[in-house]
This record gives sequence, structure tokens and C-alpha cells, in this order.
Amino acid sequence: MRDSKTAFVYAALGAGAVVVAFPFYWMLASALKPLTEIYDLRLIPAHPTLANFTEVLTRTRFPRWFGNSLIVAAITTASVAFFDSLVGYVLAKLQFPGRGVIFVMILATLMIPTEMLVIPWYVMSSAYGWINTYWGIMFPGLLSAFGVFLIRQFMSGVPDELLDAGRMDGVTEFGLYWRIALPQIRPALAALCIFTFLGNWNAFLWPTIVIQTANMRTLPVGIALFSGEAGSAWNLIMASSALAVLPVLGVFAVLQRQIIEGITLTGLRS
Amino acid sequence: MGLGTRRALWAYTFLLVPLLFFLTIRLAPAFSALYISLHEWNIISPSKPFVGLQNFRLLAHDPSFGRAAVNTLRYVLVGIPAQIALGLVLALALQRINRFRGLFRALYFMPFVTPIVAAAWVWQWMYSQNFGPLNGLLAELRLPLQPFLRSPAQSLYAVTAMTVWQFLGFQVVIFLAGLEAIPRVYYEAAAVDGASGWRLFRHMTVPLLNPTLVFSAVYGTIVYLQLFTQVLNMTFGDQGGPLASTLTMVLYVYQLGFQRFKMGEAAAATAVLFAVILVITLLQMRVLSKPVEY
Amino acid sequence: MLLTMSGLGTGQQPVTITYWQYFFQSKVTLVDELIKQFEAQNPGIHVVHENFPYDAYNQKVASAVPAGQGPDVINLFYGWVPLYVDGGYLQPLPVEAFSPMEIERDFVPMVKNSKFDGKYWALPTAVRSLSLFYNADLLRAADIARPPITWDEFLTAAQRTTVRDAAGRTTTEGFGVSPAGQDHQMIREVLFRQWGVAPYSADGKRVTYATPQGAEALKWYTDLITQHNVGVIDFFPGGNGYRDAFIAGRAAMIVDGSFAIASVRAGAKAAWGVVPLPRRTLGGERSNFGSYWVHGITVHAQGPRREAAIKFLKFLVSEPVQRVWLQRVGELPASRKLVDDPQLAADPIYGPFIQGLAYARATFFVDETAQRQVLVDAVNEVVVNNKPPRQALDEAAAKEQKILDEFWKKHTGK
Repeated sequence: MRDSKTAFVYAALGAGAVVVAFPFYWMLASALKPLTEIYDLRLIPAHPTLANFTEVLTRTRFPRWFGNSLIVAAITTASVAFFDSLVGYVLAKLQFPGRGVIFVMILATLMIPTEMLVIPWYVMSSAYGWINTYWGIMFPGLLSAFGVFLIRQFMSGVPDELLDAGRMDGVTEFGLYWRIALPQIRPALAALCIFTFLGNWNAFLWPTIVIQTANMRTLPVGIALFSGEAGSAWNLIMASSALAVLPVLGVFAVLQRQIIEGITLTGLRS
Repeated sequence: MGLGTRRALWAYTFLLVPLLFFLTIRLAPAFSALYISLHEWNIISPSKPFVGLQNFRLLAHDPSFGRAAVNTLRYVLVGIPAQIALGLVLALALQRINRFRGLFRALYFMPFVTPIVAAAWVWQWMYSQNFGPLNGLLAELRLPLQPFLRSPAQSLYAVTAMTVWQFLGFQVVIFLAGLEAIPRVYYEAAAVDGASGWRLFRHMTVPLLNPTLVFSAVYGTIVYLQLFTQVLNMTFGDQGGPLASTLTMVLYVYQLGFQRFKMGEAAAATAVLFAVILVITLLQMRVLSKPVEY
Repeated sequence: MLLTMSGLGTGQQPVTITYWQYFFQSKVTLVDELIKQFEAQNPGIHVVHENFPYDAYNQKVASAVPAGQGPDVINLFYGWVPLYVDGGYLQPLPVEAFSPMEIERDFVPMVKNSKFDGKYWALPTAVRSLSLFYNADLLRAADIARPPITWDEFLTAAQRTTVRDAAGRTTTEGFGVSPAGQDHQMIREVLFRQWGVAPYSADGKRVTYATPQGAEALKWYTDLITQHNVGVIDFFPGGNGYRDAFIAGRAAMIVDGSFAIASVRAGAKAAWGVVPLPRRTLGGERSNFGSYWVHGITVHAQGPRREAAIKFLKFLVSEPVQRVWLQRVGELPASRKLVDDPQLAADPIYGPFIQGLAYARATFFVDETAQRQVLVDAVNEVVVNNKPPRQALDEAAAKEQKILDEFWKKHTGK
């Protein structure tokens, strides 16, 4: 530790982390409590048990829900990573008529809550036979205006000189994006992947509407089954929520180094 | 073919599939929502007569609509500054440290990955007047107990605190990415010039962070203006909080359209919300965006 | 239509119909088995069973309508039926298969609520009513000899079982209040009536509870929270917090429906029991709120599917199915005969609910969400904003009347 100021920063971060992560801890602790103790509000479970986890993993279709969510989230994230970064690049780095209008138009799609779009999507899915299919669950999320906006902001920070240099070297238009610009904004791209994956992972309303059969359910839809008219099985909800968090933390762990230990502006990524 | 034209053609080629997507999946349904707002549109009824601006008039006379509008603006005015300020401070702090970086980042990201159902349950317990640690602390300090979620005056701020907590991880990651995008050469050059601390922050970091700040403010506002899941889960029994004190526009739309089946009015409210968001966003982009000078 | 009712012979394509209900493990498992039974009895029919999360069930069903999607036979909350009937989504039950006379003879009186414009639109397998759940250990510890019969005894029991800590915070509440749970139903059909006023006019078109007696009833309820401090709204978080508190042994008594029995049984550690809802005086008027989930036939069921749907519906509400439903799911049967079974009436847990069925009324809801909110808001106005109960009630009545008027104006009757 270099100086007292840094020590202070560590202390403050530590205290803040405790406060901020506390609810997450409580969720984990509750997941380890049997149903009869779930309301006793102890910080440390009196009789910790893995029964909730076993019940969720073996007596429900949790593995299936998990798998479905994984497929949908992975494909959607890949699609968003590619298309959104391409559009963001075009909007930030290429000059062409209508650029401003298109940007505003795409941005405008962020301003309509999904709740209102769900019924037209359902009508569309019904007409094209997408109901209860992976495509049906995925299609609204394959591109996102959020990603376009984020990437565009970061792309605007990429120096034009780099691109000009690339052009002089004979790099194709697509290559300028793929080989020169994209590596420059790796932190933003990594962030976008994390958020897209997470958003998809937790999506509830549209999947509920488009899914018909038990074997197509995604995680949020499945976890919702633990709630009913006669209340919620909080012990199972906490256990399944804790399990549901793992892949997201995994994605975060892998990608967060891209965000932080990003690259400097000298040199090109190969 | 001129250079500019060729570039424009490439631009449009790249944009073809994405634009098609946005038009058919996002914009076309939005226009149909606008169309619906001019009709008496009950989800389950086959008869949907055209009624002009009647839905908008009904909204104007519904006290809940006004309540939802005011609440939504309050969420934005309180939540966005808090989120940006906290997020930036945390990001700077996280950049500063050398040890346990991964651990701290993961811990501060936890709220964002915690499923909302679980998070809301825990937060409600924390706010509980009879059992929660917050009131427990107040009791220890012999301060008056607070109703938090049970009080129409406090509930909105209680929900805002939870929402800021949840988005903290998101905001921190965005700022970390933004800070990382500032090339180190600039910091080195500034060090040579003898700049440091607050001056460095104010005159170099902040301007270079402008695209990130603009993004955070604009996107954050768009999100907060459409706040829904957090409010729903924090007030599941009495949705919208005691006496509509936590009600947001989208929750209002959801209740109107999906619980009471009055899609026409819900679509009208969505149209109003859209217009407000559009205006605020354009204003923000104009006022906040500054071209980055190197 | 030349289709005969006696099944389609072998060698022909089976008719496939779809049935939707909300997810509840014991119901889903049971219906799967019942379907196998039904298909064995009806070789030409195949039933597809789909189910959805309870919290989003109404949204799921509603979204299916404009998309032209949906099942042939559907499970709905009785309170939603007027909306779906008005939307033209349900078919009236054909009189040949479901004669109104037989329905009224065989089913409990509450079911008359599904008669609309002189026709029946849906029928239930099971019904529910409210009762008072009590924590026997807590009552005993507070020297309460037996569970309350009158509301005065109830108040005493609640006061004696309420426990507060050194800082004055309630740690055990005598009564788990929950206006947004079952209490608003209790206020409507139990308290108002027992205090001397019917909540709605006989034709269901007018709100009639805004009277001095109604205000007294509301005041009695809100006093539990503000004066006697025996109940705390949102004591435990969540829409079902009151039940969670009871299960955790933190609420001595709650008013809840028979659908809660399984949950309480699974989670409660203390000894608990059920008694009929209290009344004002020992011989005073008894009243109860009943509700039920019904099965209806949608407009999607046409031709051979309609015939199959009718058969399946008849099967679902038949007595044998009701009996096994009671055993496996734990919900009260909708048939008068089964409900009158002396063994059932003598059951310590089911008995009080059965008793309540005899005088239970099911409110005719035209917009359950909005109507519930009206009363919840009225309670909050009194409890949080200190509004005089009479004023809160008058405002609630005005709001609810508007909701009713809007519905009846559009409903032209068929």
C-alpha cells in the first residue's frame, strides 16, 4: 500500500462492498435454510441444509430451464455483439446521408417499453409458427438499441487516423471495422456482452407469453413456478436464484478482465 | 463513383439487416401501438371501435395517470444523479487499487446479477419496520422508527435506493470501460505537465469521459423513465405502493393493459411516455454532448 | 352438425383438444393422471395439458386472444369470467349437456355466480371459502381457552397474543392483517353484511356499502391496526406475507382461504387449527366469501373439438373427479352432495370451510383488479392518512360505482 489515501480507499471499498453485497449474502443464507426456518431472520442458518438445492436440481426441471436459458442467452449475446458493434461503428465512423436520422430512430426503439410490444410479437409469432420455439424466445433480443448506443459512443473515441491508416494499407471496409476498430473498443464490447447475457438470462414477460410447454421453459419462467396462489416457496426461490446467478458470474469473471485490463492505443490487435 | 458515395453504399449494406430488424420487430409494433391508442381496444374483445383521442382524454381524467407521471419524474431526478455519482466514485476507486481487484469488482457487481425476485424480498425485509436491520439500527440509536415502504412519503425513495443499488454494478462497469478507454499516454503527458488530483480529474478525465457520461445519463434516464420490474417486485401485494406512491408509468400501463385489459388506454399512455422520453433524450444529447478534443 | 356424441371409432384421427390451467404441482400431476383416465374412456380424444406460472396466468391467457391462440378448455378465476364473456371468448355451456336445473341442483349455491345473461358459462371442480386459522400454541400461551366465536372474543385473543419488544416493535401480531390478501373480501362479504349492509345491490350494478353501518364495519377493521395495534400491514413482506407470518409462528390468527391449507400444513411448526369466521354476536348473522376457479369452453373449440371439449368438461366437474381432487389437491368439492358428506363436515380442518360454504357469497366482479384496489386504498387512507372511515368509504364507493357503470354501459346483454 502506497499511502494513507490508498489505505482509505481500500477501507471504504471494503465497507461499501459489505453493504452492497449483503442482500446477496442473505439470499445465499436463506437458500441454505429449511422451509421451517426461512423466516427466522438469522444471519447464519441455524440448521444449514442443501435440501433446497437438491430439490431444485432433482425434483424440478431446473436443468432443462438452465439449458434453455443458456442456449437463448448465448446466441442472443453473440448476435448482439456482432450486429450492434457493426451498426455502432457505422453510425460513429462513416459519413453518409441520413446518419443522424437512423441513429435517432434506433434510439427511439429504446423508448417503447417491451410490455407494449409483447402482444404484436405474439400475433406475429402465431402467424409464422414461432410459438414455443427457441427462435420465438430469442428473436426480439437479437439486436438491441442499447448496444448500438453504447458501441457508438465508444467508437466515436477511436481516432480516425487509425482508420485512415488502415484504408491506405488497403484494408476493406469490413476489415476496418473487424480488424481495426473493434479491437479498440474491447472494453465496451465486453461490457455489452455481459449486459446482454444478463438481460436475456433474467427476461420474464416475453418468454412467459411465447412458451407453451414445460420443456421449453427458461429459468425465470421456471422459477416463477415456485410462486402460486398459496404463496411462494421462498426457500426454493432463493436456492434456484443462487444457482441461476452462477453462469452470469462466470461470464462476468471471464469478460471483466477485458474491460479492465484493456489495451492501449498503440499498435493493432492481431 | 465517388469515395463518399462508395462509403455510403457500404454503410447502407452493413445497416441493411439491422435496420430491417429494428423496423419489423421494434418500430412496426410501436406504430401499431399508436394505432391502438386511437381505438377502444380491449385485449379480449373482438370489437375495437375507433374513438379518436378519447383514450387520451380518459387518461387526463385519471388521477393515477398523473400520479404515475409525477412519480416517474421523481425517480429520474433522484436516481440518475445518485447512480452516476456513486458509479463514478466507485469506478475511480476500483481503478486505483492494485490488490483484490477481481474480488471487489465481483462484489460490487453482485447486486446487478441478483435476480430481482430475491433482491426485492431481501430489501423488503431490510426495510421492515418490525424486523429490519435498518429500523433495528434506528432503535439502537434511539431514533424514531421509519415506515419506509409503508409510508406514501418515503416509499418512492426507498424503492429508488434499491434500484440504484441494483444498477450500481452496471454503472461501475460502464465507467470502468470508459476510464480504460482513456489512453495512458494522456495521463503520462498530463503528469509531465504537472497536473494531478482534482485538476486532473476535472480538466482531463471528465471531458474525456464525456461520451461515457452522456451515455450513462441518457441511457439511465431512458431506463428510469420506464422503471417497472423493481417497483412491481418491491410492492407485489399492493402494486404501485401504498396509495399509488411508487406507481410508475410502465407499471400503470401494465396494470391498465394486462390486468384490466384496457389496451387502448394503455397504448395511449405509452404514446405519451414515448413522446416525453424522446424529448428529454434529444435535449440531453444536445446539452451534454461535447466533441472530444485530443 | 351430424356428429354423434358416442366417440369416434378406431381408424379415425383422434380429436386433439388443449386444456390450460395455472401451475400448481398437485393439480398438474393430478390432471395428467385424470387425462390418461379420460383418454382411456374416450379413445377418440387426445387432451394436451399446458400450464403457466400463476403470477402471469391472466396475462398469458389475455395475450393469446388477439393472436388467435389458446386452448379449447380453459381454467379461469370466476371473477374474470364476465370480462371474458363480454369479450366473446367463451362459449355458453350447451343446455343439453349442462342443464341449468341440474347445475343448480347439484352444485353449491355459489356457482350461480357463473350464470350470466341467463346462461352458464363455466363450471368448477372445486370451491373455496374463508375461515379463521389460529395458532393453538400461541393462544394457549396467552390463556385463551378456545378459539374465538365472536369478533369481541377475536379482539381479545388478538390483543393478548400480540407481543412487542423493548423498542415497541411488534414481534408477534395477534391478527395477520392483509387488505390486499383476503381481508378485502372479508370486509366486502363478511363485515359489511354482519354490520347490517349489503355491499352491492341484488343485480350487482350498484355499490351500496357507503352507509353509516358500512363505515362502522370499516372502522372496526382499521381500528385493529391503528387503535388496538394487533395487526401490521406488510408485517412480513410479499403479497402472501400474512400467511408466511402465520406459518412462521409470528401471527396468532389469519383469515385465509381453503387453498392455503396445504401451504400451512407444509410449513407450520406450531400446532394450528381452523374455526369458522367469527360473527358479531353469538347468534348473529354468519357470512362468508367464497370463490372458485372454473373451467370454460373457448371459441376455439368448434366442430369435433367442441364435442370433445364438452365431454372433457363434463368429466372434469364430475363427482368422482371432485372426490379425488379433494384427496390429492385438498380443495373442497363443488358438488352439494359431496360437501354435505358428514365425514367431511366433521373434519377438523375442512369442517369450518364446509360450514362457511353454506352461507358463502361470491362477489360478482366486473374488474377484480380495480375493485380490489379500491378497498385496499380505502384502508390505507384510513390507516396511513388518518382519513375518517366514512369519508374513505364514500370515496371508495364512488370509485367502484364508476367501474361498475363502465362495465354495465358496455354490456348490452346477449
